[in-house]
Amino acid sequence: MKRPERGIAAAFGVTVLGAVMAAASYVAGADRLLLGLGFALGFAGLAAGFVLWAATLLPQGPYVEEREPMVSPPGEREALEAEYDRPAGRLPRRMLALALGTFGLAGVFPVRSLIVHGPSPSVALATTAWRDGVRLVDQDGRPVRAADVTPGTMVTAFPEGHLDTGDSAAVVLRVDPAKLRLPAGRERWTVDGVVAFSKLCTHAGCPVGQYVAPAQQLVCPCHQSVFDVLRGAEPMSGPAARSLPQLPLRLDGDGVLVAAGDFPEPVGAGYWRPM
Amino acid sequence: MIARMIARAGLRWMDRRLRAAALTREALAKVFPDHWSFMLGEIALYSFVTLVLTGVFLSLFFDPSTAETIYGGSYGPLRGSSVSAAYASAIELSFDIRGGLLFRQVHHWSALIFLAAIAIHACRIFFTGAFRTPREINWLVGVTLLLTSLANGFIGYSLLDDLLSGSGLRIGYSTFLSIPIVGTWVAYLVFGGEFPGDRVIPRFFSLHILLLPALIAGLIGAHMAILVRQKHSQFPGPGRNDHNVVGSKMWPTYAFRSLGLLSAVLAVSFGLGALVQVNPVWVWGPFSPSAGTTPAQPDWFLGWVEGLLRLFPAVEFRVLGYLVPSPFLPGVALPVLMVVALYAWPWLDRLVTGDRERHQVLDRVRDRPGRTAAGVWAVSLVVLLTFAASDDLVARGLSVPVQDYVVALRVVVLVVPVICGAVAYVLARALRGHPGSRLTTMEPRQIAGVLGLRRPEARRPPAPPGPRAERPAVPSEDAPDVVDSGSRHGG
Ligand code: FES
Repeated sequence: MKRPERGIAAAFGVTVLGAVMAAASYVAGADRLLLGLGFALGFAGLAAGFVLWAATLLPQGPYVEEREPMVSPPGEREALEAEYDRPAGRLPRRMLALALGTFGLAGVFPVRSLIVHGPSPSVALATTAWRDGVRLVDQDGRPVRAADVTPGTMVTAFPEGHLDTGDSAAVVLRVDPAKLRLPAGRERWTVDGVVAFSKLCTHAGCPVGQYVAPAQQLVCPCHQSVFDVLRGAEPMSGPAARSLPQLPLRLDGDGVLVAAGDFPEPVGAGYWRPM
Repeated sequence: MIARMIARAGLRWMDRRLRAAALTREALAKVFPDHWSFMLGEIALYSFVTLVLTGVFLSLFFDPSTAETIYGGSYGPLRGSSVSAAYASAIELSFDIRGGLLFRQVHHWSALIFLAAIAIHACRIFFTGAFRTPREINWLVGVTLLLTSLANGFIGYSLLDDLLSGSGLRIGYSTFLSIPIVGTWVAYLVFGGEFPGDRVIPRFFSLHILLLPALIAGLIGAHMAILVRQKHSQFPGPGRNDHNVVGSKMWPTYAFRSLGLLSAVLAVSFGLGALVQVNPVWVWGPFSPSAGTTPAQPDWFLGWVEGLLRLFPAVEFRVLGYLVPSPFLPGVALPVLMVVALYAWPWLDRLVTGDRERHQVLDRVRDRPGRTAAGVWAVSLVVLLTFAASDDLVARGLSVPVQDYVVALRVVVLVVPVICGAVAYVLARALRGHPGSRLTTMEPRQIAGVLGLRRPEARRPPAPPGPRAERPAVPSEDAPDVVDSGSRHGG
């Protein structure tokens, strides 16, 4: 009889130790490891104490509890049905239904405040900050010159004045112009082998952050879609199904790259839109 | 002595106002079955307690705002850089507030444990048929709890505005966008505009600390009220039938055991929070819309959706001339289908078995080979999909091209769960005819019998669906010699 009692008491003694340890570590500023271990020790002591107590000193059953059927006797249900009646007043009842219906509908209107700030989705999603003549700048706002884009490197460019927009980032790469196989009509979108594509993956919108220079492929880190730069960033594998939209480029007088317009189609993840 | 006198006086005071003595006695005498698997739900409950306690502490320091600030705290590598207020406050919480990092890590660990406990608890309910009449309501409440908790887990780690969770948020946004017709509006409703925007973090903060926890607490309350009203189900065993519950009384034995469990959950959460780093947002860096991280995996409980997104082929199609983008099938349609199947399971099960009886005694896993096979199929599918969420890491580790690895995984994900389900079916059938045998002591001839390789001399007829109902009810006085077949504490 004595032994379990001593064991349980010892377990709670551990909790006292844990408490002292937690308090001391807090005061001493050792608040990551030791504070946590102090708490853990305290709780572990409590756990051991309670479980030992339940297993040794407390009544062990098994006890049997009868279960009443989870169905009311038919008489009771019939009585309820008989007493439960519609309140008198046919016209007020109908009017109340109408009132609650319209009032509930009116309550839905404020939900719109949650949705729209600025242009509607179909407009906002279809356009970015790129326009004809907007200069390409890097993340620090410095203009990107064609000469800055060397073979094998990837430059992330933004429209000048719009460094923080989520949808305008573009990757700028230099490839051998002779090997480029862009879709028809885009012959004049490049500057001497320098091409630019939207940085947002057409699968779920992650930034396509890896450039495998030898194979001239862009790889998305999220679900490993691979895009073939030479073929207009056409998807080669992975879950993306559409090419990265291409940004038409030209040079301004100072050798700085500028956009010749916005992306021809919406960037990033797809959505319900006519195609 | 004094404590006892105060307790007595308090009780009397209450009773003179509420007449609560009889009710309290009844409550304290509630019988809980003595099987470890009945404590899984309690682990979830106690993790929720841990989450609320640590969460309240964190909410007092966290600043849910995307306003740009210059970080000036004590974490050197970030000092002087321009970050969002949310991210800065998370870093400050981790480095400059005493106990802050500990509570952050305990909070994160308890969330992981919370969801794991719910998932395993749901498996127990599934495999033992505890969802059958009259417990369908609690199955629906439980599935809703699972989904609400999944959502709150995702929202919670997305609040910190770090680069890793930012990728997850963006994928979530794109998945909403992919819904036909209403997708753009749904995404705007949730995110307050085009991603990333300033509104999503304050909005998610409200959801994470107010709306969803209140919903979860309410659902837990309902879950337990229904449980008390219907009383526990129990495993079959001598003296147990559809008209009784056999086990330990609430007071004192079960209450002490359960307090022990609460303390153990807290001990484990604090131990992990102290020893094992989780979500070091200062390593991930602040969110920036044009930067990505690699590798990027979500927390474990969303791994299956991520796995689906990674494995599903690039399928986009047009409906009425409108685009239905590639995340729709794996990110919306399949998860919705899985959730609907989960909600509908009690009725699907009934459709297959034709069993409309009311049940208080659980099935053993072997009793229903078909259900067991379906469950094993689903669980192994989800496990494999979760594993597929790390395809880039594994492919790199194996030095194989990730594309080839994905193709192999597609085959594995389709084939292996079917094999697992079939094996489970055969094993359940082999065990069903031999109530005394266990998986570990099973003889080869039992399996041979199921596969039809031997004349079925050893095969007794399968147990009828409701054999316990025919057993006469044992009056409570006659059952002192009940032997518990499950694990019992002490013994
Ligand atoms: S977001 Fe790029 S592959 Fe999914």
